[in-house]
Amino acid sequence: MSITPTNLRIVSTLKKHSMTSLIEKGLRIDGRRLNEYREITIIPNYIAKAAGSAYVKVGGTVVIAGLKVGVGTPFPDTPNDGVITINAEFVPFASPTFEPGPPDENAIELARVIDRSIRELRAVDLSKLAIIPGEKVYILWLDIYVFDHDGNLLDSSMLAAMTTLLTAKIPKAIVKDGKNVELNEEERIPLPINNKVVTVTVGKVNNKLIIDPNVDEEQILECKLAVSISEDGRLAGMQKMGAGVFTEDEVLEAVKLAKEASKTLFAKISEAISKVQ
Amino acid sequence: MKPEGLKLINEEGLRIDGRRPDELRPVIMEVGVLKNADGSAYIQQGNTKVIAAVYGPREIHPKHLTLPDRAILRTRYHMVPYSTDERKSPAPTRREIELSKVIREALESVIFVELYPRTTIDVFIEVIQADAGTRTAGIMAASLALADAGIPMRDLVAAVAVGKVSGQLVLDINQLEDEYGEADMPIAMMPSLGKIVLLQLNGVLTEDEFKQALQLAKKGIMKLYEYEQQALRKKYVEIKPEEV
Repeated sequence: MSITPTNLRIVSTLKKHSMTSLIEKGLRIDGRRLNEYREITIIPNYIAKAAGSAYVKVGGTVVIAGLKVGVGTPFPDTPNDGVITINAEFVPFASPTFEPGPPDENAIELARVIDRSIRELRAVDLSKLAIIPGEKVYILWLDIYVFDHDGNLLDSSMLAAMTTLLTAKIPKAIVKDGKNVELNEEERIPLPINNKVVTVTVGKVNNKLIIDPNVDEEQILECKLAVSISEDGRLAGMQKMGAGVFTEDEVLEAVKLAKEASKTLFAKISEAISKVQ
Repeated sequence: MKPEGLKLINEEGLRIDGRRPDELRPVIMEVGVLKNADGSAYIQQGNTKVIAAVYGPREIHPKHLTLPDRAILRTRYHMVPYSTDERKSPAPTRREIELSKVIREALESVIFVELYPRTTIDVFIEVIQADAGTRTAGIMAASLALADAGIPMRDLVAAVAVGKVSGQLVLDINQLEDEYGEADMPIAMMPSLGKIVLLQLNGVLTEDEFKQALQLAKKGIMKLYEYEQQALRKKYVEIKPEEV
């Protein structure tokens, strides 16, 4: 059951007023423009024991994604495809409002939005991850962990997920006697990638649209629209989040803003990847 | 995997169930279908069947969940085990948890929650037969049930999913179109206010296709809004003056 949240972070009325009136003037409390991201740091291969990983910092938000690989049976409806499972957890120390326990609706929603964007775009070519078609395929577990919450967890998590997939080196599968599969940890291959995707979250405050809201700004947003954009500029997923409403014009404007801002994010990913290759 | 020879749109441009691209499935809406609930509604849209019920405004237990300046909303979207081809476990899935959240968030701005401080308004949606469009049918049934419960709202909510099937945008997709189509975009609006309360896109569209999809959805939403009003009138307004 989904319940109206009652344990929200408290932001003083004065601060809310100053954030709102600044946004009215096209400014932000941390000195940014409305369509500007905070500083972004991406470090690929952050965790040596994972097949792929990425540390991402956006403003004060810290997310680490990691990929683990195994061998298993495919789903009956896609017998010739590998399997990817995306999960997200918000650890209790990442925010005073997070609690220990299984992923809540926010973590589940975040993981599912990322999963859908990557899946629907076929960003990872799962058809190339069959080992013995119909019987044995690669199973990919992509786990996204939020360690510090300073707003805009979705865009940060997608950056971490995409960088992880782009830089991962999975162990090569060896088939013995035509049926036994072993993973050779010594010989590693990159994942087959078709396309890249990023998510840009656009927030609405008093009919103004802002991107990359920080944690205080999130408290004055009426609602958000997360827009996933592929590198070739198509829309690969969308999710309206939060209680407020959008007009049709606002939605179209948000899509434009997201498309423009996605270029910054793709540039950041490319820059980070170029350093490790 | 798409079955061999499955054609989602035929040579005449008609869909697998004979509809035109901009045609809704047949709809049945009924208000006040349950005895116990404060408000309830049933919606059948093609082969999708959904019941929604509302309790409240009522007291909340545990008390710490109350808010001093408004009612809280509790929403559950649930599919019963026999609603799908394969039995669905009755335990809440990740999908149901996400949909309960987006439906609750859609209703938050529709209901005048500030009129009922320290209470809860509970909205329950049970999908009894699933053939795509269950969240959109569910949210419509919820808005009818809320109206039936006499809870003040800014507008009714009408909702529909637009899909992309064999490269073409189509209104109100069914299960086959959902499974083998390229995109599914559920959208819910308060139609007379022109406000979008729920919007999701699963799949890939160009910016132009997205604009067209929005227009197509609005067309369907205006029709469904008509049907919703008819369903409410049928229960509440058709008492003729001479009978009073």
